[in-house]
Amino acid sequence: MLDAGAPPLVQVEDLKMHFPIYTGIFRKHTGDVKAVDGVSFDITAGQTLGLVGESGCGKSTVGRAMLRLYEPTAGRVIIDGDDVAKLAPEALRRKRPTMQMVFQDPQASLNPRMTLADIVSEPLDEHTDWTRDRKLERVYELMDQVGLNRRFVNRFPHEFSGGQRQRIGIARALALKPRFIVCDEPIAALDVSIQAQVVNLLEDLQEKLGLTYLFISHDLSMVRHLAQRVAVMYLGRIAELSPSRDLYARPLHPYAEALLSAVNEPDPELAARRNRIILKGDVPSPANPPKGCNFCTRCPKVMDICRNVKPSLAEVEPGRLVACHLYTPAAGSTGGSEANERNQQGETR
Amino acid sequence: MTDASAAQPKPSSQLRDVWSQFRTHKGALFGLITLGFLIVAVLIGPYLWIPEKLSVAEAIKLKNQGPSLRFPLGTDQLGRDMLARMLLAGRVSLAVGLVAMVIAIVFGTFIGILAGYFRRLDGPLMRLTDMFLALPLIPLLLVMVMLFRDRIAGIIGPELGAFTLIVFAIGITSWMATARIVRGEVLTLKEREYVLAARSIGAKPNRIILRHILPNVVSPVMVAATLGVAEAIITESVLSFLGLGFPPDFPTWGRLLFDGLQYMQVYPERVVWPGLAISLTVLSVNYIGDGLRDALDPRIRGR
Repeated sequence: MLDAGAPPLVQVEDLKMHFPIYTGIFRKHTGDVKAVDGVSFDITAGQTLGLVGESGCGKSTVGRAMLRLYEPTAGRVIIDGDDVAKLAPEALRRKRPTMQMVFQDPQASLNPRMTLADIVSEPLDEHTDWTRDRKLERVYELMDQVGLNRRFVNRFPHEFSGGQRQRIGIARALALKPRFIVCDEPIAALDVSIQAQVVNLLEDLQEKLGLTYLFISHDLSMVRHLAQRVAVMYLGRIAELSPSRDLYARPLHPYAEALLSAVNEPDPELAARRNRIILKGDVPSPANPPKGCNFCTRCPKVMDICRNVKPSLAEVEPGRLVACHLYTPAAGSTGGSEANERNQQGETR
Repeated sequence: MTDASAAQPKPSSQLRDVWSQFRTHKGALFGLITLGFLIVAVLIGPYLWIPEKLSVAEAIKLKNQGPSLRFPLGTDQLGRDMLARMLLAGRVSLAVGLVAMVIAIVFGTFIGILAGYFRRLDGPLMRLTDMFLALPLIPLLLVMVMLFRDRIAGIIGPELGAFTLIVFAIGITSWMATARIVRGEVLTLKEREYVLAARSIGAKPNRIILRHILPNVVSPVMVAATLGVAEAIITESVLSFLGLGFPPDFPTWGRLLFDGLQYMQVYPERVVWPGLAISLTVLSVNYIGDGLRDALDPRIRGR
């Protein structure tokens, strides 16, 4: 978006991830949890897209469905020219090196019975036929890159601190020289003092290796620091997708506005004057979302149309996409695209 | 990090770490020594302790003796030397216990992992397990032995035939508990993030199972295995007692125990010897399993 010339490395089109609900004695399929319900975005090579939203809104599911750790219900995920959502198993396996993931909980994402060397060289075992010495050489190189002392090579995960464990996770993700990394709340489980270290490491690596990130987080100030563009998710859909500078200066979608008003303000004078928007009520169940806009049950600026017609994501200002009727008064066109969307779903099933 | 590669540690093999941790577990060391002693004794003992040949009349006179220098463990109701019989019996009992345990554990773990990891196999395999659990074991064993004993004996001889059949029969009827435990463990393990991470790397299911799941189900399997040895030895003696195990003149610890049972009030030592041997085996296997479980877990190791 910032430089229109480069084609995006990652394109997600209308990604849907529905988890079926089975009830009764006969395990009848009675509904779906619509964890992700039609999400589209793209990421230019070398950039970072922040994905924010409250817990349970489907952020992590987007990341996992993109890497096909879940089988997406519908939609296309084009990473570096291939539609990951439809690749055959063996082709997908060969595609894996280009896309990697850094997990949320560094304790849980490392096998407690493997040494650092085993963990970091596991991707190499899977995708290369290098000799042991060459793999070890690469492991040392990766350890240097992420700032781990070479003496730690025989240690087990429980012997490391949280920040060091996350570095191991990052080294493992980097082992195969990926182009795209999904960072699934990589700093959520870390101490505040360590968070900055890990985020700086991620930034350095991006600069050195030209990585592209999808940075999933609920820490709005970290995302502001790291991402060029930010997508705000609510209940499985993107509410607003804007360049981060614009979003933080002037959020357009009422949900984004409410979310950003929750960011702590370090200056006490400004903090006293700031206008905190407190939403009422709970998030509706993703198994039974509202008929109209997903946010209509809690929106402070709700209108009649919001309860009946789902707004689609549309560009309302250059580079800023918002899904809200406040900015798309022509209801007819959104109704049309809604019908179109339903047709697509019918085709793919 | 500053100087040449000489300072760089190589990834070391974990075997030495496992052994050094195992050595710190006193019970396990005791178990290993005891079990080692028992195995050595039954293997080479019969060559070292050769009982004197007695005529029938002499044997009848010397029946039911207490321990003495001539008969260290006494004699039985037919005047046979108990020590020699105990040593011979130990060969069979230890072999049956260990081999049947290995069969049950390997089979149970295999079924459990398949059922836990592959969702489609879960239903059929667990119903199969339920079916085996619902079968009354002793009648089943009796039928199996009755049907196949003579046929197998015809092929590989009566003693080896009986051994093969009993080991197989015990193994095939005692894997169910292991399968259930392993399945439950696998179900929780496969949702761990490190398994997800392995999938995101593109690891194949067999690699994920061997590298991430199997090492982490070791603890419950070890417990099931140690209990399995005792159970197999006892089951063998039950079979022998019912006259469907080994031939009556062929000693096993379980057999000696049941033989001695009739004379227990008059000659209690006849029950004590085989009972002691079985208990020592079971106890040492339990301790070895305990020590091995701790030694294989890097979180406990080094503490």
